[in-house]
Amino acid sequence: MADMELTGAEIVCSCLRDEGVKHVFGYPGGAVLNIYDEIYKQTAFEHILVRHEQAAVHAADAYARCTGQVGVAIVTSGPGATNAVTGIATAYMDSIPMVVISGQVPTAAIGQDAFQEVDTVGITRPCVKHNFLVKDVRDLASTIKKAFYIAATGRPGPVLVDVPKDITQHSCVYEYPKSVSMRSYNPTSKGHAGQIKKAAQMLLEAKRPMIYTGGGVVLGNAAPQVTELVRLLGYPATSTLMGLGGYPAPDPLFLGMLGMHGTIEANMAMQHCDVLLAVGARFDDRVIGNPKHFAKEARRIIHIDVDPSSISKRVRVDVPIVGEVAQVVDEMLKQIKASKEKPDQTALKAWWTQIELWRAQDCMKYDRESGKIKPQYVIEKLYEVTGGQAYVTSDVGQHQMWAAQYYPFDQPRRWINSGGLGTMGFGLPAAMGVQMAFPDAAVACITGEGSIQMNIQELSTCKEWKLPIKVILLNNGYLGMVRQWQEFFYEERYAESYMTSLPDFVKLAEAYGHVGIQVEKPEDVEPALRDAFGKYKDRLVFINFLTDPRENVFPMIPAGKGLSEMILV
Amino acid sequence: MRHIISLLMENESGALSRVAGLFSARGYNIESLTVAPTEDATLSRMTIVTRGSDDVIEQITKQLNKLVDVVKVQDLSDGSHIERELMLVKVRASGDLREEMKRMADIFRGRIIDVSDKTYTVELTGPGSKLDAFLQAIDPAAILETVRTGASGIGRGDRIMKI
Ligand SMILES: Cc1cc2nc3c(=O)[nH]c(=O)nc-3n(C[C@H](O)[C@H](O)[C@H](O)COP(=O)(O)OP(=O)(O)OC[C@H]3O[C@@H](n4cnc5c(N)ncnc54)[C@H](O)[C@@H]3O)c2cc1C
Ligand SMILES: Cc1ncc(C[n+]2csc(CCOP(=O)(O)OP(=O)(O)O)c2C)c(N)n1
Ligand SMILES: [Mg+2]
Repeated sequence: MADMELTGAEIVCSCLRDEGVKHVFGYPGGAVLNIYDEIYKQTAFEHILVRHEQAAVHAADAYARCTGQVGVAIVTSGPGATNAVTGIATAYMDSIPMVVISGQVPTAAIGQDAFQEVDTVGITRPCVKHNFLVKDVRDLASTIKKAFYIAATGRPGPVLVDVPKDITQHSCVYEYPKSVSMRSYNPTSKGHAGQIKKAAQMLLEAKRPMIYTGGGVVLGNAAPQVTELVRLLGYPATSTLMGLGGYPAPDPLFLGMLGMHGTIEANMAMQHCDVLLAVGARFDDRVIGNPKHFAKEARRIIHIDVDPSSISKRVRVDVPIVGEVAQVVDEMLKQIKASKEKPDQTALKAWWTQIELWRAQDCMKYDRESGKIKPQYVIEKLYEVTGGQAYVTSDVGQHQMWAAQYYPFDQPRRWINSGGLGTMGFGLPAAMGVQMAFPDAAVACITGEGSIQMNIQELSTCKEWKLPIKVILLNNGYLGMVRQWQEFFYEERYAESYMTSLPDFVKLAEAYGHVGIQVEKPEDVEPALRDAFGKYKDRLVFINFLTDPRENVFPMIPAGKGLSEMILV
Repeated sequence: MRHIISLLMENESGALSRVAGLFSARGYNIESLTVAPTEDATLSRMTIVTRGSDDVIEQITKQLNKLVDVVKVQDLSDGSHIERELMLVKVRASGDLREEMKRMADIFRGRIIDVSDKTYTVELTGPGSKLDAFLQAIDPAAILETVRTGASGIGRGDRIMKI
């Protein structure tokens, strides 16, 4: 075996096998035919044929989000690659580890405007962590190894490997490298001991502390450490949209999500704290609003992030700590436990009293008597029916925010959504990725009638793989999030945000071979959900909830405003 | 503030476009950029001249470091360093100008490296300010063509950037 030669196509499959990949999402075409021929012959992994390349990439991305492993997608050259770009950019913005293998025209044809040629490396360069064009079959295995290594280490991200067709035909001896060492790439994992000490000290001195966690806690598998830290100190905690589940939301120390659609208590505590610990969060514009307004109140900031460029990017910090959240917080816990100092309980009590006053405003209340189906109510019922244990994927819009606000996640990797790019069309393919990873889990895709139509073709993939996803369509007949902005900021001129001529979603679901249910009255919400997760447990169920078309997401911080300038119900 | 940043990166195809793309995508300005392989052919050395507030420069160095192909980044402006730029200028050199141009080239320690009946081509190296001064010192109407490389920079004394 030792010096038997394999073709490039065989090498691609062997690398995936040796990397331990179990599921690959993709779509064939001319440039990857050799690879697909080898996929046909192998048994190490399953290939899931999607109906659009964007969906392959979203599915691989969600697979990575829910498992923590690197997701894998394969697409052909030209249109295959361009269709994949939205998916790649989505993963890039949320720092998701993923390897995309794209076919390319034969080496000799590159630059000739060949059939289905695009400069894939050039097009994807700004939205990948790194990419490669393989020019020699002898570099193929080491390049794929590097791709997995780069995708998964440091700040994770998508890596693309562009493989020209002739390379898949050439052959060489195959050996999958056991390890990678790159002089140009050595992400920091261990935080600076002195800085951690300083941070621990600062935390213990705080009078009005706040802990703000983000996607990095989930990505870095640091939920246990962060939870322990928050509980040890008894400090209030909040999370970004991306970090939900990193700290158990039902816990009283948790103030809910912060930011544009965050709670009063989270935003006010963020604005008025004197020491802020930011963990794996990047002070996004949807989180702190206007940085000038945020800077009005004096506070000292500690920031833990594996990517130095996330630190002091939008907000100056006092104690930067570059490193893996899990390692840094572990070390911090040791320091705090060993310290003779304890948090100032009197100050902390006064701070909590203030926070409880904010919390008492009950900013998540909504009209329960309207007789209409309130989208919030549907999510609450979904939470009840699934016992809070579902994997929830989402599309983008109002429904996404309601899902984040009314489904209190108590574990990481259960809430799967596109935060950074905000990609409509993400939800259904994401649910496929999750259901492939966890065939027996309850998977719900919360979506809008706008978003679902951006990748609705995937109902066919779901049929092929018998994926029992529950599509929870909060159908308000509007591009609701757009309509909300138009109502608030454009004097109710609803330009192109109204969706007429919607399909009959029940029939559509049935046409794809699934179960369709329409729900028009509040009292039918719960029974429909119970049927979906009970009677039709093993089927894909598409529930079309006709929700109150005028409902808005509150609280809301208008763009350019500060954290304490929320619009309330 | 003007900064001069040196970097060593893997001499891979597309390496330059990663740096150039980073600057344009993030809206950083590039005054000049020079690049060539080093004595170790697997490495390229780049000198970038840019302008920005301290915060922007901090982001630029962090973002450059983040590029997977970049091995080392140094802001030369942080310490003492030397900058040199090469310029080739083709000037009118007929009649009275012929003597005048020779004299100016000498004053600026330039060399005339090509001669025709009506022109001289002058080679000049130095900090950018010296090259600017030369262009200002001669009659603008006499300048036929200029080409400049952009600055190359290196630390002074024992300040060495190597891997
Ligand atoms: C319609 C809409 C509305 C939105 N409204 C809100 C809102 O109200 N509130 C809100 O919070 N967001 C909102 N968002 C999402 C927002 O756009 C951002 O995506 C999100 O806030 C970013 O989350 P984050 O700061 O946790 O960063 P992420 O994008 O999750 O980044 C993670 C950070 O952690 C770091 N990191 C990664 N791994 C590790 C590790 N192992 N160790 C240490 N550090 C690590 C990374 O370098 C990065 O800096 C909204 C999005 C949409 C589409
Ligand atoms: C691909 C894409 N195009 C446009 C947008 C802008 N956008 C954000 S939310 C939204 C409306 C979504 O409508 P729907 O899916 O019905 O959800 P709703 O807000 O009504 O719950 C739009 C158009 C986007 N995020 N993604
Ligand atoms: Mg809608």
